Amino acid sequence: MIELNTWLCWLSWPFLLAGLFFFLAGTVGLLRFPDAYSRLHAVTKADTLGLGLLVVGLSLRSDSWQSVTQMLLVWLLVMASGATACQLLARYQRDADRVDAKTHQEQPSDAR
Amino acid sequence: MTSTLIYLCGGVTLWVVGLHALLVQRHALRRIMAVNVMGSGVFMVMVALASRDAAVDPVLQALVVTGLVVAASATAFALRLATADPLDKNEPERK
Amino acid sequence: MPAELLFDLTLILLLLGLAGAALHTRTLYTSIVLFIVFGLMLALTWARLGAVDLALAEAAIGAGLIGVMLLAALARSAAEPNTQPARVPLSISLLLAVLVLALLIRAIQPLADSNSVLPALVDTHLDESGVSHPVTAVLLNFRAWDTLLELVVLLLALIGVRQLGRSGMALPPAWPLLRAWSQMLAPLTIIVGGYLLWRGSHAPGGAFQAGAVLAAGAVMLRLAGLLPAIRWSRWPVRALMLGGVATFALVAVGTHWMGAGWLNYPPGWSKQLILLIEITATLSIATSLTVLVIGENEHPTP
Repeated sequence: MIELNTWLCWLSWPFLLAGLFFFLAGTVGLLRFPDAYSRLHAVTKADTLGLGLLVVGLSLRSDSWQSVTQMLLVWLLVMASGATACQLLARYQRDADRVDAKTHQEQPSDAR
Repeated sequence: MTSTLIYLCGGVTLWVVGLHALLVQRHALRRIMAVNVMGSGVFMVMVALASRDAAVDPVLQALVVTGLVVAASATAFALRLATADPLDKNEPERK
Repeated sequence: MPAELLFDLTLILLLLGLAGAALHTRTLYTSIVLFIVFGLMLALTWARLGAVDLALAEAAIGAGLIGVMLLAALARSAAEPNTQPARVPLSISLLLAVLVLALLIRAIQPLADSNSVLPALVDTHLDESGVSHPVTAVLLNFRAWDTLLELVVLLLALIGVRQLGRSGMALPPAWPLLRAWSQMLAPLTIIVGGYLLWRGSHAPGGAFQAGAVLAAGAVMLRLAGLLPAIRWSRWPVRALMLGGVATFALVAVGTHWMGAGWLNYPPGWSKQLILLIEITATLSIATSLTVLVIGENEHPTP
């Protein structure tokens, strides 16, 4: 059994590192993308995937099924609330862009 | 350089950052946020002192929980005071 | 352990950066959002330092409810005038800040090595307190007076806010996704709140954290338009708000008359009394925090 635990610990490292990489990528996207929609896209997708990979990595290291279930439920909740917040923010941004487009009707606008 | 010392100095620095912003900023909401940051600095000092020993000190942590709720109440009142309209004439009677 | 020290140093630098950015950004809206992020990082710091009850309370109250209050205050306040000259010249205020910082760091360094006798004292008396989690025992038994007065302070803030409160919030009609999401989250907040309350007796949790989670759920339901306006004039709201302080004060008076002294719980009754106080305090805190954030007066202006 001791061998299984150490083997699981070694196996969890790639998942943890991959999760960290996705979080880093999402943050770089948040800072560098030009407009709100692509920033929302980067943050929501990359962060949810990163969290899922972290959960898998930590589940391999945990010692009870209860904590694994709790972590999975937390990930599901974060995914659902992230998706909802992303849609609401994007919708708000689209309405704001439409208002901006109407007030600039004399110039050609490239609002989406 | 222990972990406790880092958090003690960090808490004190946070307090000084809040104090500086309180001196420099003029908008009421920013100054309320500055006072909150000063409060967080004090809390950090207390929690760092609580985590000095191996068994964490529950009295200091309980005091900080109390302090947090009191700070939230004071912030709510301060925000209402700061944004109240002096010409509000919509209260004909009160129950 | 250099890895832990590196983590602590990074966390502190991040916190200081967030605090500085939150206080000195040009646009007020960005300031408030950064302040909410600062609150969440602070919750992480409390968890790192082993204060889990405090982390739960900070995430719910410090980041969540104070953030909503700040945004509501921003909506009520006038437009910010641009670039006013500071009250104190920048060089002088920075010099003052650095001097004060040096003095305080010199004063606080000796504290890092001394020890406290309180944890051992709390441990020896933990069995008589009625709960098995030390922080809850301190909050509701050893220092029950502080908790009673804290509930009174909350009540005083409510009275002050009521004197100043505008009537009616102009809420836009909520989008369907927001309504659906609030409807899905509402039972979850009730379950989590009840779980935190029950858990407070043996693990991090307790009345304040549960009350804050319930208040967050109520605020979300109201902002989505699913709850009617929460008015002070309705008697259930007042009864819930006063119930916590009233029960606590009754217990205090009862222990004075019939027991050993003010808030000295009789030995066999500690657990039941603490449970009674915690349940009423949770409902009271939830209602008080909800009313502080979204409470309205009786006569909405046209």
